[in-house]
Amino acid sequence: MTDRRPIEEAQARRNGRPAGTTSWRGSITERGTQMDSYYGRSIVKEPVWKPEIPAYFFTGGIAGASSVLHGVARLTGNDRLAKSALYVGAAADIVSPALLVSDLGRPERFLNMLRMFKVTSPMSVGSWILFVSGGASSTAAALELLGVLKPVKWAAELVSFLSGPPLATYTGALIANTAIPVWSEARDELPWLFGASAAASAGAAAAVVTPLGSAGPARRAALAGVALELGLMQAMERRLGFVGEVYKHGAAGRFNKITKACTIAGSALLAAGGKRSRAAAVAGGALILAGELSLRWSVFKAGFQSARDPRYTVIPQKQRIARKGGRR
Amino acid sequence: MTSLAEPTGKPAAWPDTYGAEAKPRMGFFTDTTICIGCKACEVACKEWNLLPEDGLVWTGESYDNTSELNANTWRHVTFVEQRKPLKLSGETATVETEAAAEPEPLRWLMESDVCKHCTHAGCLDVCPTGALFRTEFGTVVVQEDVCNGCGYCVPACPFGVIDKRDLPRSPGDAPLALPLLGRKEDGRVWKCTLCYDRLKGGHEPACAKSCPTDSIQFGELDELRERAEKRLAKLEAEGWNGPRLYGHDPDDGVGGFGAFFLLLDEPEVYGLPPDPVVPTKHLPRLWRSTALAATAMFVGIAAAFVGGRE
Repeated sequence: MTDRRPIEEAQARRNGRPAGTTSWRGSITERGTQMDSYYGRSIVKEPVWKPEIPAYFFTGGIAGASSVLHGVARLTGNDRLAKSALYVGAAADIVSPALLVSDLGRPERFLNMLRMFKVTSPMSVGSWILFVSGGASSTAAALELLGVLKPVKWAAELVSFLSGPPLATYTGALIANTAIPVWSEARDELPWLFGASAAASAGAAAAVVTPLGSAGPARRAALAGVALELGLMQAMERRLGFVGEVYKHGAAGRFNKITKACTIAGSALLAAGGKRSRAAAVAGGALILAGELSLRWSVFKAGFQSARDPRYTVIPQKQRIARKGGRR
Repeated sequence: MTSLAEPTGKPAAWPDTYGAEAKPRMGFFTDTTICIGCKACEVACKEWNLLPEDGLVWTGESYDNTSELNANTWRHVTFVEQRKPLKLSGETATVETEAAAEPEPLRWLMESDVCKHCTHAGCLDVCPTGALFRTEFGTVVVQEDVCNGCGYCVPACPFGVIDKRDLPRSPGDAPLALPLLGRKEDGRVWKCTLCYDRLKGGHEPACAKSCPTDSIQFGELDELRERAEKRLAKLEAEGWNGPRLYGHDPDDGVGGFGAFFLLLDEPEVYGLPPDPVVPTKHLPRLWRSTALAATAMFVGIAAAFVGGRE
């Protein structure tokens, strides 16, 4: 038990104030709602997830959407694009479980994730989706590389094709299924936002590594994904209102701005020069990828900020009680 | 799955899964009006459950230096100093301050907080390994030999009860053979077990046993609810300022608590959520939304192929 982090620091981190300062107390007025708190302390706990998790949201999204890109490219006979999407997806599929295992408190017990299938736990459902989809796409990529066992490869491609979309969207359900206000209140948007971000990421990644003549669909997927994602983000922030404020402040706010700057600049480059110039396609694709990674970080950080401030927990609940006529 | 959202007042599948081993649902009724803030419950809990020390600090927050429920604190006594009268008649202790000319009313609220052992428990619902389970007593317990430290239960609890234990490796520890797969820290989640081991042996939980005023009452949940209603009626008749039951209603967002409270002010004053809802209540809708989004992504990417290769 040596080398322990002092409790003050831990508590200060939890409560979003510098160590050594005393608490604030009293009432906060927010949009006319008076509330008390217990020394300003948080009510719901901040997640204990480390940066591996938003990184996985990003790689899992790329993997899922790449499977679809690969499948449709194969069906339409665009073999060059099919090949790049397959390899991009498989690479993301290999990185993803490593990130998840590394985040576990007991990494040696990672197989416990497959002890059961539990529909009430998006993480359980997601573990199975990742197991099936990741296994299929990396198998397909390995067989493609080796050029053997064609029928097995086709079967693996089909499985990956069909399990890709849920892989890209379940992570939205995972974080929405918590008590963190900014995540749980966004249950109607988060799976869509993550799906759009996944399409943008996979399209951008494929546009970077595919020759111009075959990369059209990837570019269009990236542009459509970015457009949808920016719209959804806007709509989500507006609908969340007070709870959505966290996207304007702190780390979530900074990453939100970076996301917008990178994705808009990247899309402009890709749309303007992506057809003619490989350099523009690579630069545009890279910018979009950076923007999408930043989006996952923004949503991740927003959850911490939302948990830390008791106002976001208490005020919507008091409003809900008021709507129900004072009955809990 | 949909049964989660229905106010059945009974945990899902419990106690049917236990057959002949089924027991009545056990719980706590914490009557904060007679809590004296002695923290015997905190100490007894630490002792019985061998919980690690979690720092010796002064917070400056009344007599509360524990601050929160977490992996190493399963009973936490809150202390709230208020300039409010104890009785509606105005009968109360007072305090003289430099700020006010007249003595002000003063009351000191204390509440021993604990895991609520919800009827519909978010932590249990989201646990992907099955480490969290419903015991024959209707309580919610973590199996420490199964938990792999995924941490999903931590933000899934509407009360911020369950937490990951952070005991970093010390410099003297043997190096890890496989850094990625090796144990890095305790790494698991912990919370109140309602002294499952003591219950198995026919004893009451350590906190209730040690409580000198019976502020913490342990027993069959149905009986505790009746007792609490009577106590509330008595306090109301005596004109106390603000008594209310918290978590006794099987129709609330978590289907009622297995460990509920009698408070003297709004729940948020004690750091409790005013209207907690189990996250999985919205899961059927969330899964539909996810399936739709997945389908839309599939169709959207396919549509990107219209217009040829360039």
